[in-house]
Amino acid sequence: MIADLVIPPGLVLIAAGFLLPFVKGQARSTIIVAAPLVALALVWGLPDGPVLTLSYLGYELTPVKADAISRLFATVFTLMTAIGGLYALRQDRVMELTAAFVYAGSAVGVVFAGDLLTVFIFWEVMAVASTLIIWSSTQPGAAKSAQRYAIVHLLGGVVLMAGIAGEIATTGNLTFTAMEANSLPRWLILAGFLINAGAPPFSAWLPDAYPEASWSGMVFLSAFTTKTAVYVLIRGFPGEEILVYVGLYMVFYGIVYAILENDMRRILAYTIVNQMGFTMVGIGIGTELALNGAAALAFSHIIYKALLLMSAGAVLYQTGKRKCTDLGGLFRTMPITTICGIIGALSLSAFPLTSGFISKSMVSQAAADENLMIVYLLLAAASSGVFLYAGIKFPWFVFFQKDSGLRPPEPPQNMRIAMYIMAALSIGLGIFPQLLYALLPFNVDYVPYKASKVIFQLQLLLFSGLAFFLLLGMLKRTLTITLDFDWFWRGLGRAIAREFDTTTTRAWGRTVDRTTRAAVRFVTALYKHHGPDGILAQTWPTGSMALWMTLFLAAFLIASFF
Amino acid sequence: MAEKKPSPDHWLVRPDTIRIIWIGSLAVLALTVIAELFIDRVSKFGIDGTLGFGAWFGFISCVVLVIGSKALGAVLKQPDTYYDR
Repeated sequence: MIADLVIPPGLVLIAAGFLLPFVKGQARSTIIVAAPLVALALVWGLPDGPVLTLSYLGYELTPVKADAISRLFATVFTLMTAIGGLYALRQDRVMELTAAFVYAGSAVGVVFAGDLLTVFIFWEVMAVASTLIIWSSTQPGAAKSAQRYAIVHLLGGVVLMAGIAGEIATTGNLTFTAMEANSLPRWLILAGFLINAGAPPFSAWLPDAYPEASWSGMVFLSAFTTKTAVYVLIRGFPGEEILVYVGLYMVFYGIVYAILENDMRRILAYTIVNQMGFTMVGIGIGTELALNGAAALAFSHIIYKALLLMSAGAVLYQTGKRKCTDLGGLFRTMPITTICGIIGALSLSAFPLTSGFISKSMVSQAAADENLMIVYLLLAAASSGVFLYAGIKFPWFVFFQKDSGLRPPEPPQNMRIAMYIMAALSIGLGIFPQLLYALLPFNVDYVPYKASKVIFQLQLLLFSGLAFFLLLGMLKRTLTITLDFDWFWRGLGRAIAREFDTTTTRAWGRTVDRTTRAAVRFVTALYKHHGPDGILAQTWPTGSMALWMTLFLAAFLIASFF
Repeated sequence: MAEKKPSPDHWLVRPDTIRIIWIGSLAVLALTVIAELFIDRVSKFGIDGTLGFGAWFGFISCVVLVIGSKALGAVLKQPDTYYDR
């Protein structure tokens, strides 16, 4: 019966992804843009509640279960895949596109998963597919980064699996619902989720890996892994207090490292951690307004971060350069890319009339409503910091600053259209917040555009802009990187590995040496006695045999007398 | 009076334009603080009711963040070939 036939929207994307290598030209382009839209239609066709259940190994699984939160995330995931696909049409490495579609499909799979096992399965597919996106890049550091990325995410997967297995063993319950971190398995589940969110001490995987993806790859990467983590945390651990502190750490971590960073795409990668920090704080506060804010921020973040990365990707596509010290003055020949970059940067900074403002201010308001003064003030300080380190810094160093002498043309039309759509969405949601508020999990009676709020935000951001230009001398980019926790596995780990390597090489060398010498000695001795001149290899005269026989017989005779 | 030579560079980066942008921006900054006098100020925690709270708080936060980052950078910054050695 047609009515009973449920097609999981994620599978459509995954199937489309595997189809891509076998088609070319127009057909491929059509699939890239149309398949996500079909998936989007399917997302909106799913009724609330469990729509697909099956038994597997004695467990009742619910691979597809829909409600407002999952629909919200699936909507933006599928939309993002369509527009990201449009942007990436000229990507000639089809492996990246296939991986991106499988990656997006499994992200949709996670948000519709009704049980922990299904979450885990799609979680792991995401890890593999996203690694392949980085792997397929031609950037010089990509292969090594992909390896480190895979290791961190496989570790996260192991932690998550251990947690899920423990949860099933202790409670026997597989359903994925709100939990409290009050037992070891649940702490492990929380840790597994947080690793993907870019929480400390593993935040470094994100700025390490994403910028090594291709010009289009990073657009996909920014959308799914961290946002799926936001989704599972909203679903699984709403109101978990530790998330407030983790979130605040991430917020300031992102700012400080971005201030010191020289690579434009790494700056944007740090802003992902920073923005994830805001959502973590929202989830940690856990009120309806805060959770709405976290969900809304994740939604708008996907859109404006994609816009920013498309703009940065266009620069990379046309110039092949990523470092602020190599860029500058591009506004002359890339005005469209510049304006789109600025719109993305303003949204990121939560400037009024952008999607960032209508969502981020919900989280701040939730903190104020709960009388969390320190949290509120820190978030306000961070909002001004975001404008300083990314809102102005990214457009300024890439498109203005000095004249680098580069005169790249605008990117091809499909990339421009993708940027137009994202820019329109960023501003459209800022002007008509109801469009987004209608999709949120809880009823919204929040009004973003109050005079006091708007003026406060304008003061905060504009004076932060003033600080930027006054402190410009201190913000000059240098050819440096900043050490992070990943030093423990990239620096210390390697030093230990090297030391181990030297020691074992020496020990192995000695063992081989001794064995060889012993073997040579043995063979020499053998040769000495049994070789052509060896005493045991000589032919003996018949006389000596007769002599010995006589001696033996004589000995026998004497012995028989006694 | 000798006619001024047209600047060879883009109009946006000429010193005259930049001066105008600075004056305009400072005027906007002042306006955002003045505007506060004409609206109902909402104060939740006391400190956020002071005049131009967003302005001074934002500015000071940024200065602290930049100086703090620089200090941290002095310890943690390495040449960008650090891990390639």
